[in-house]
Amino acid sequence: MTNALSRLLETRDWLLADGATGTNLFNMGLSSGEPPELWNADHPDRIAKLYSGAVESGSDLFLTNSFGGNASRLKLHNAQSRVRELNRLAAEIGREVADKAGRPVVVAGSVGPTGDIFAPMGTLTHELAVEMFHEQAEGLKEGGADVLWVETISAPEEFKAAAEAARLAGMDWCGTMSFDTAGRTMMGVTSADLAALVEKLPNPPLAFGANCGVGAADLMRTILGFVAAGTERPIIAKGNAGIPKYHDGHIHYDGTPELMGDYACLARDAGATIIGGCCGTMPEHLKAMRAALETRPRGPRPTLEEISAKLGAFSSASDGTGDDAGAGRERRSRRRG
Amino acid sequence: MADEEDIILSELDDEELVLQMMDDLYDGLKEEIEEAVEILLERGWTPYDILTKALVAGMTIVGADFRDGILFVPEVLLAANAMKGGMAILKPLLVETGAPRMGKMVIGTVKGDIHDIGKNLVSMMMEGAGFEVVDLGINNPVENYIDTAEKEGADIIGMSALLTTTMPYMKVVIDALKEKGLRDKYVILVGGAPLNEEFGKAIGADAYCRDAAVAVETAKQMIARRHNQMG
Repeated sequence: MTNALSRLLETRDWLLADGATGTNLFNMGLSSGEPPELWNADHPDRIAKLYSGAVESGSDLFLTNSFGGNASRLKLHNAQSRVRELNRLAAEIGREVADKAGRPVVVAGSVGPTGDIFAPMGTLTHELAVEMFHEQAEGLKEGGADVLWVETISAPEEFKAAAEAARLAGMDWCGTMSFDTAGRTMMGVTSADLAALVEKLPNPPLAFGANCGVGAADLMRTILGFVAAGTERPIIAKGNAGIPKYHDGHIHYDGTPELMGDYACLARDAGATIIGGCCGTMPEHLKAMRAALETRPRGPRPTLEEISAKLGAFSSASDGTGDDAGAGRERRSRRRG
Repeated sequence: MADEEDIILSELDDEELVLQMMDDLYDGLKEEIEEAVEILLERGWTPYDILTKALVAGMTIVGADFRDGILFVPEVLLAANAMKGGMAILKPLLVETGAPRMGKMVIGTVKGDIHDIGKNLVSMMMEGAGFEVVDLGINNPVENYIDTAEKEGADIIGMSALLTTTMPYMKVVIDALKEKGLRDKYVILVGGAPLNEEFGKAIGADAYCRDAAVAVETAKQMIARRHNQMG
């Protein structure tokens, strides 16, 4: 299959993805608790503005406003019957913005987690997850998304289910997990685990990587983990614009556009190909990232020391890869604690 | 590991059995935990001793290894499930014998916030640690927390928010409790975002809990402190 993304990947050695969706929509008046996906139908102009903000800031790829557009999430708002429609609209609005850009821009159909926990602890089964993701994928495909973009996943089972849904929908896809717990995902997946997992899928993603998590420094360490695993596949880096801080009743992300420019170049030098932001990343951040990527020469792969010097300290001592971390305790020694 | 399959729980002495229960909790073996609880009951252990000396002690190890990045959510949930198996046997007996309660928590995501995985994990782990949990679900206004906590006679109010736009609502709930003169009646724990203790202090919570393991540990400490103050 060729598509807008695979063609760009053939000719470019880095691509700028987009930034935050939620942060931008809240700034446009989305009230908390309201599912953003409903705006695809109720306020298409604002969604077009969200996408245009990324395109005008130099993004080569943007994600559709469909992160929570699966039946399980929409059910919380009694909108589970609108999965197909809301996803189709999310992609349609995106298609229109991308086609007017005057350069190739990829419409990536965002697919976020179901929010459910897999059996036996939770209620989610592989079949149910595939069914929900497939329904969403068909809507995004119908609306003209170039690829599916599975993101913020924690559980390997959910990642596999999304891959199968992409296969059923006949779409190429990209997938990222969120590594927010001592360098691993909430469910314990390491960067090396994900690099190995994608190669075992019958339809591996065009690119894979990390998004969200805990600040840009941690995300960079995860990127180095993918590289160390020896992957040949394009790597995606979509980190948050710093860490949220509380000031006078409001919360804002502390990452400046300058910091995100540094992050973008570090991500590229570390070996990432598709580079963007996540929570807190606004158009001004994207512009700084584009400018930095275009003007600064490639450097050597950064060390962990260089990353923390530029982007701040890591949230944990280890990222869970390697021999020293994550090994189960010996039972006997554990007993006496 | 193969030789361990040969362990017959009823042949272990009390001390060995309790240690074995800690291992079995760690490995999330529900049936083994249920069997061991029954054995200890037959041997005349009080339900409260089984709860605190075997189950809670075992879950404390699980919690510590979760905190230290040795165990992750799937293993912890299995352990909590095994614990719940034992609790199901003990619960009616604890009530009958008038044993001290671990404590009761009312928990929910705050108004405007629909991100509930973290809240669900805390809920499952608190139950796993022996607490009673009343789960309010998502998107809760002030009155849900306060009315339910009052009605249920809760000890702890837990609030979760993931969004930068919804976190300040935690302060709204705390301020409302203060206005009603109820603030000091409850331990207030907040969590759900990559923030820090400063945030918890700034809004007047008793603690900010980084993850579910920290929430359980903090809850245990705060409840113990309360009991000490009362005694």
